[in-house]
Amino acid sequence: MTKPNTDLHNLTIAELHRGLQQKQFSSHELTEHFLQRITQLDTELNCFISVDAERALLLADEADQRLANGDTADLLGIPIAQKDIFCTRGMRTSCGSKMLDNFVPPYDATVIARMQQAGAVMLGKTNMDEFAMGSSNETSYYGPVKNPWDTNTVPGGSSGGSAAAVAARLAPAATGTDTGGSIRQPAALCGITGLKPTYGRVSRYGMIAFASSLDQGGPMTRSAADAAVLLNTMVGHDPLDSTSAHAVCPDFTKQLPKSIKGLRIGLPKEYFDQRLNTAMADKVHEALQHLTALGAELVDIELPNSALSVPAYYVIAPAEASSNLSRFDGVRYGYRCENPTDLEDMYTRTRSEGFGDEVKRRILVGAYALSAGYYDAYYRKAQQIRRLIKEDFVKAFEKVDVIAGPTSPSPAFALGAKQSDPVEMYLEDIYTIAVNLAGLPGMSIPAGFINKMPVGLQLVGNYFDESTLLNTAHQYQQVTDWHQRSPID
Amino acid sequence: MTISKEQIIQTAKLARVKLNDNEMDDITQRLSSILELVDQMQAVDTSAVEPMANSLDAVQTLRVDLVDEPADKIARRNELLEGAPACEDGLFLVPRVID
Amino acid sequence: MQWETVIGLEVHVQLATQSKIFSGSSTAFGAAPNTQANAVDMAMPGTLPVANEQAFHSAILFGLAINADITRTSVFERKNYFYPDLPKGYQTTQLEKPIVGAGTIELIDGDNNIRNVRIHHAHLEEDAGKSLHEDFHGMTGIDLNRAGTPLIEIVTEPDMRSAAEAVACFKKIHAIVTYLGISDGDMSQGSLRCDANVSIRPVGSDTLGTRTETKNLNSFKFIEKAINVEVARQIDLLEDGKAITQETRLYDSEKNETRSMRSKEEANDYRYFPCPDLLPVVIAEETITALQNSMPELPDQKMLRFQNDYGLSAYDAGLLVEDRAVAEFFEAVTQQCQDPKLAANWVMGDLLAYLNKADLSMSQSPVDASALGHLIARIIDQTISGKIAKQVFEVMCGSGGTADEIIEAQGLKQLSDSGAIEALIDQVIANSAPQVEQYRAAEPDKRKKLVGYFVGQVMKMSQGQANPGEVNRILAQKLNAQN
Repeated sequence: MTKPNTDLHNLTIAELHRGLQQKQFSSHELTEHFLQRITQLDTELNCFISVDAERALLLADEADQRLANGDTADLLGIPIAQKDIFCTRGMRTSCGSKMLDNFVPPYDATVIARMQQAGAVMLGKTNMDEFAMGSSNETSYYGPVKNPWDTNTVPGGSSGGSAAAVAARLAPAATGTDTGGSIRQPAALCGITGLKPTYGRVSRYGMIAFASSLDQGGPMTRSAADAAVLLNTMVGHDPLDSTSAHAVCPDFTKQLPKSIKGLRIGLPKEYFDQRLNTAMADKVHEALQHLTALGAELVDIELPNSALSVPAYYVIAPAEASSNLSRFDGVRYGYRCENPTDLEDMYTRTRSEGFGDEVKRRILVGAYALSAGYYDAYYRKAQQIRRLIKEDFVKAFEKVDVIAGPTSPSPAFALGAKQSDPVEMYLEDIYTIAVNLAGLPGMSIPAGFINKMPVGLQLVGNYFDESTLLNTAHQYQQVTDWHQRSPID
Repeated sequence: MTISKEQIIQTAKLARVKLNDNEMDDITQRLSSILELVDQMQAVDTSAVEPMANSLDAVQTLRVDLVDEPADKIARRNELLEGAPACEDGLFLVPRVID
Repeated sequence: MQWETVIGLEVHVQLATQSKIFSGSSTAFGAAPNTQANAVDMAMPGTLPVANEQAFHSAILFGLAINADITRTSVFERKNYFYPDLPKGYQTTQLEKPIVGAGTIELIDGDNNIRNVRIHHAHLEEDAGKSLHEDFHGMTGIDLNRAGTPLIEIVTEPDMRSAAEAVACFKKIHAIVTYLGISDGDMSQGSLRCDANVSIRPVGSDTLGTRTETKNLNSFKFIEKAINVEVARQIDLLEDGKAITQETRLYDSEKNETRSMRSKEEANDYRYFPCPDLLPVVIAEETITALQNSMPELPDQKMLRFQNDYGLSAYDAGLLVEDRAVAEFFEAVTQQCQDPKLAANWVMGDLLAYLNKADLSMSQSPVDASALGHLIARIIDQTISGKIAKQVFEVMCGSGGTADEIIEAQGLKQLSDSGAIEALIDQVIANSAPQVEQYRAAEPDKRKKLVGYFVGQVMKMSQGQANPGEVNRILAQKLNAQN
């Protein structure tokens, strides 16, 4: 009844859904196929921190049972890779850190629970920068992820494992989290589609906090259409997260086919100034030509405070992180140093041995920014700048429906290239950070290649208007095939 | 604004992280460059701007005062304590706290 | 030199909510270790707080009771420090925008004099867990059952001038929160705790001296003692020409002294900032109005009413209203017996003495208000004398039963029949020739004293049951008539 399909990993979620529904293949077969690809390819790529094949196949069998019972849920039976920042009951959740190397949560993150309810099959937990702090996936305790387009380069971060896994077809789709660009930048660098929803769209419960006021989970997929399907399952108010929004959740697949004729796309002059290298500028303009050909109008706009987003972010995010990471103290779970001589020794050695350098660095910056005498100059100031940045966007969205620009300043760089200078690494997120500070939805979609390495076009939408983003991206993907390119045959 | 070694040592103490002497120069330099970046903010006059803690300026929905607990609280406790570095009789154990 | 004491209090009140301030765990006391702590209370990675509406309502009620400003948009902040019973590594509290702003607590003394203590603010926060220092192989055990219990911290201005005044203020806060029903007020379980900021200055000076903070005083008695010894210590230091160190101190009740808590003194920088997991809380006007309308009678109002309606003295009324349960008991007794003064005497006298001795709370009283009212009614209708009533009361407390049952069973009914009393008196007079002679020889103004002997004899013969009024009347008649 089933016929062998060697190309299962190239199918879209809609195609997989159809295949499962029509019994062309079972979820068990599909899951096995991806598990096999992981076995074959992940030794080199290092996308996954944990894969539990037995558990995945068990979930697949449950999905097959539901399929046999006529359940038609969109994600039913579809294998998904989960970023190892989402707590998974009974399965190690490390957050890329030695601190949580032995941590097995007794609860599921809301995102995980919703996916599971929808019948998605968790393939495994993807690699990431430690506690999501990084833009290259090099801060992971489990070693760097390699970019499948060129394994000498980084996949971006912090959701680098998810991005590389989707690009290399080790999973049809994955989840990521984005605090300053951690979904969009790796999506761009790996040539996939990544969406950071409006702050509050997706519950943060069980998603290990980096910077609570900026963190947001979202889908990482090959196409906008796939992203819409995942997003449908991920969103909605959660009584366990009081910052999750009460906003109405539309069916995000509904608006995909709509024409974008008349869509007003804003081009912030600050994103296209002399600092943007020409090759990248060319790619963005090329993408914009496709959009204008589809009927969109380009509008010049200004985001005058955008240059301040990196400094403001590197106060706010470390400040929140320094406090969020205080719970890792060796008392209740996770790592504790050997033979502590006293309480202070336990705290200090546990945290010094359990956290990597970048995490410690950010904890120090954050603690310093919050300390007495510096609070006003740093934290308060950053929160004021944050308001200015938001107001710039609010003003811009009076004139436009979507804002477009590059996702990252350049394509993937070589492993180790930016490790010595934290500031240079921080500037990787120069185009993405403002979106988190303002809480807006943002997306990165494949927009071609520079020297055989993928680059992304960033689209930023108005609050809770992910539909317009997905619609724009989908229409673009109807006339381009960048998102269908694969690094591996 | 630059950061001195003394300030870093003090901050590290607050955050309960220890830095080796040989890490010290490196971290002083790295933190200084981060703070230099951050200092770009000082150029803007924000005296009339209300700080924004939440991008949506949203307000909180409160929870109705109801107890939500499992029937078997001992089993729940044991599950939560399973990964504890040290525990006994349902308590987490830490090196002696001296008040 | 004459010194003036200056005291400010920080009072922590555990709120009597069902669930914790940020999780659905129960706040009930006494469960097995860590069984009332869920993943949120244990600060498991990724878990988030969701604030309890009732905690806000409780705090607002307190604010309204002290005529304070209610903050319409209130914010939670994180106070960062490491301690094993603080699971998140920070305490969620309020600093810049506490729910309750400035207000006033009135202290009314036994002469109806009012003294105001200004309240700086009151804020919501979470309690910490408990460290158990019993020996676990030389380690400390951590129980997080209490972690996340809602507290309001009430911060006064330095407006108190003596330990007694500080105790009065603390008692008033205790009365207000129990009247409002927002706390069980159970001091033995730590439901109310207080830190005392104490300084001294020369009388007449208007600058504040260096203060110390004495932590964790959990009884009326200890507050008074701790402040007094701390004041004495400060006077000694200053009079010896030494300086006072601003520091946190601990009261040792066994040695009756305060000592420095150096461990808390290590330069702490709490790095407060608004908690990004908890959005600002906006309080609607309707909520405030509804809470205002639900406000029960408060101790001061009750004290006035007791004076006006029942004719009690300010002193008695003040004592009765100190404890809501006592005040309500008193009113129920009065309802029953219709004699407020007798009711007040009985409640504050025999009943409280008994409860204190037996270490029982009002709600545990073996004699309920109706039963006590009935007993008092039997005094009023002259079924028994006050003295016999005390006897009956003791039986009621001990083996139970109603006043009527006990009076009946033990034959304690008062003898009011004048014929029977007359017979007893005749017998006493006949048996007491020398005393009668002495009486009759005495000046009339001295006779009053001597009559006591005869009364005693008659009461003895009647086993206390003779109506004392009747006895006195007939005795006077007989003794004087035969003069």
